[in-house]
Amino acid sequence: MAGNKVSGQVWKVGHDVDTDLIIAARYLNRSDAEFLAQHCLEDLIPNLPERVKAGDILVAGKNFGCGSSREHAPIALKAAGFSCVIAESFARIFYRNAINIGLPIIVAPEVSKTVQEGSKLTVDPVSGEIKDLTTGTVFQGEPFPPFMLEILEKGGLIPYVREKVKNRG
Amino acid sequence: MGMTITEKILAAHAGVKEVSPGELINVQLDLVLANDITGPLAIKEFRKIGIDKVFDKDKVVLIPDHFAPAKDIPSAQQCLEIKEFSREQGLTHYYEVGRNGIEHCFLPEQGLVVPGDVVIGADSHTCTYGGLGAFATGVGSTDLAVGMATGEIWFRVPESIKFILKGKPRNPWVTGKDYILAIIGKIGVDGAQYKAMEFTGEAIRDLSMDGRLTMANMAIEAGAKNGIIEPDEKTLAYVKERAKKPWKFYTSDSDASYCQVIEIDVTNLEPQIAFPHLPSNTRPVSQATQVKIDQAVIGSCTNGRWEDLVVAAEIIKGKKIHPEVRAIVIPGTQEIYLKAVKEGLVEIFVNAGAVVSTPTCGPCLGGYMGILAKGEKAISTTNRNFVGRMGHPESEVYLSSPAIAAASAILGRIGSPEEVA
Ligand code: SF4
Repeated sequence: MAGNKVSGQVWKVGHDVDTDLIIAARYLNRSDAEFLAQHCLEDLIPNLPERVKAGDILVAGKNFGCGSSREHAPIALKAAGFSCVIAESFARIFYRNAINIGLPIIVAPEVSKTVQEGSKLTVDPVSGEIKDLTTGTVFQGEPFPPFMLEILEKGGLIPYVREKVKNRG
Repeated sequence: MGMTITEKILAAHAGVKEVSPGELINVQLDLVLANDITGPLAIKEFRKIGIDKVFDKDKVVLIPDHFAPAKDIPSAQQCLEIKEFSREQGLTHYYEVGRNGIEHCFLPEQGLVVPGDVVIGADSHTCTYGGLGAFATGVGSTDLAVGMATGEIWFRVPESIKFILKGKPRNPWVTGKDYILAIIGKIGVDGAQYKAMEFTGEAIRDLSMDGRLTMANMAIEAGAKNGIIEPDEKTLAYVKERAKKPWKFYTSDSDASYCQVIEIDVTNLEPQIAFPHLPSNTRPVSQATQVKIDQAVIGSCTNGRWEDLVVAAEIIKGKKIHPEVRAIVIPGTQEIYLKAVKEGLVEIFVNAGAVVSTPTCGPCLGGYMGILAKGEKAISTTNRNFVGRMGHPESEVYLSSPAIAAASAILGRIGSPEEVA
């Protein structure tokens, strides 16, 4: 899944989009993905869940996902339909969480400065190559360390660890 | 080449002599923590791993504190899930409402975390324990699930930034909260991204343990992996009375390497206010006195400790909360709560017209017990002032120390204790 190329339309957000904005704490009394998806980014982009199409790509500025450790944030983004998040930089815990749940994320500093809202991108989460199909521009995102790539290719940390545990006997 | 305190603790827990920044290592965990929000997700993931039992029933802590005592039925369900899991696994450290507190106030107080530990918590403010000289960091529920199952986690060894705080503040109301707000204001909310923030210098040595825990607590607000303070005789005095297990003091070598060294002279520092909507949006209190407030919150894992309540009570004693303000005081733990009752602090707050709540995260994350309506403004001793953090997306949170929050509660606007004659 995560090893495959994804493509979709771009939604843009700015710098320092925190986890409270991605999914507000008032919804954290539940943890089912569908429910969280319905409230994803709602204080920032009104009615986003109704408007986002499966496969769409979120393009952000610096420090995306700062704040709380709530894994509900990447879960909400993934369940809302986003296939990938590209940012200038990510907050540490969000970065780990996204990879752990199998949501591809890519650090690519130039993308948010250049790509327009609504343009269409193709992204290869493995190589980090990002292509703007509207303008033809190609960007190179930062590559993952090999073991993180393995986690992503397995679909997240749990399948990765489950396999290791099994092999141990 | 010498090592920093962070590198030394990580190396010891990875079973190697030396580590250096950038290295990926596997680390043994001394403690693994989750709460009523992150716990249920972690348990769900834990069940998928294929291991029946947690790695050590004495090293997994579950605490209902965020929406507890449960604020509604879904919250009650989440609290029940962590309670049932604790029973099923025979966990030693599950603490029910009435015998707990906000996790990051509770764990150090009860001696469940000690200097030299490596701790992960499915809560970003787990970095608080760095105030004791432990390596502690926040993770998500999936990392926590794996930690519960295996007792291990992978880390990238962080570069360290050294903050040397010099001098003694002239202003008697300047506290650890003001130091950390000033630092975040200086370096920004991603100024220490992925790094260790090591706080040192005369002003840090002069700080009480409560003040040190407050500072380490907010390292995450600069994007850091951990905040840490070398243990000293104050740490020893604190830990001696509480520790439930042996501790170990680590210190940085004099030739340890830092990616950055930042010196700050606190002599003329004023109490700091972080304006909406980022903790880095700081100004001295003298530039904030025109902001009218509807609510003042004194509590949280940042400033719900004993010393914080004492300062607030000192300022509020014999005064009245401004008629248009709701003042909400939330002791961090049951132990602090009881002490506040015995030593007359609760009476001071209630006489002044404030509300005193049972320990809970409550309003800090916009849960309950003080949610803001559209357009309302709060001064709060908590750690985040993001859009909608305490309620309506069009409400505003100003972060401060307990002294400033207490004075502001009386004034009806942001202000200093000197103005509350
Ligand atoms: S008091 Fe606030 S910041 Fe601290 S753990 Fe609770 S919700 Fe998080």
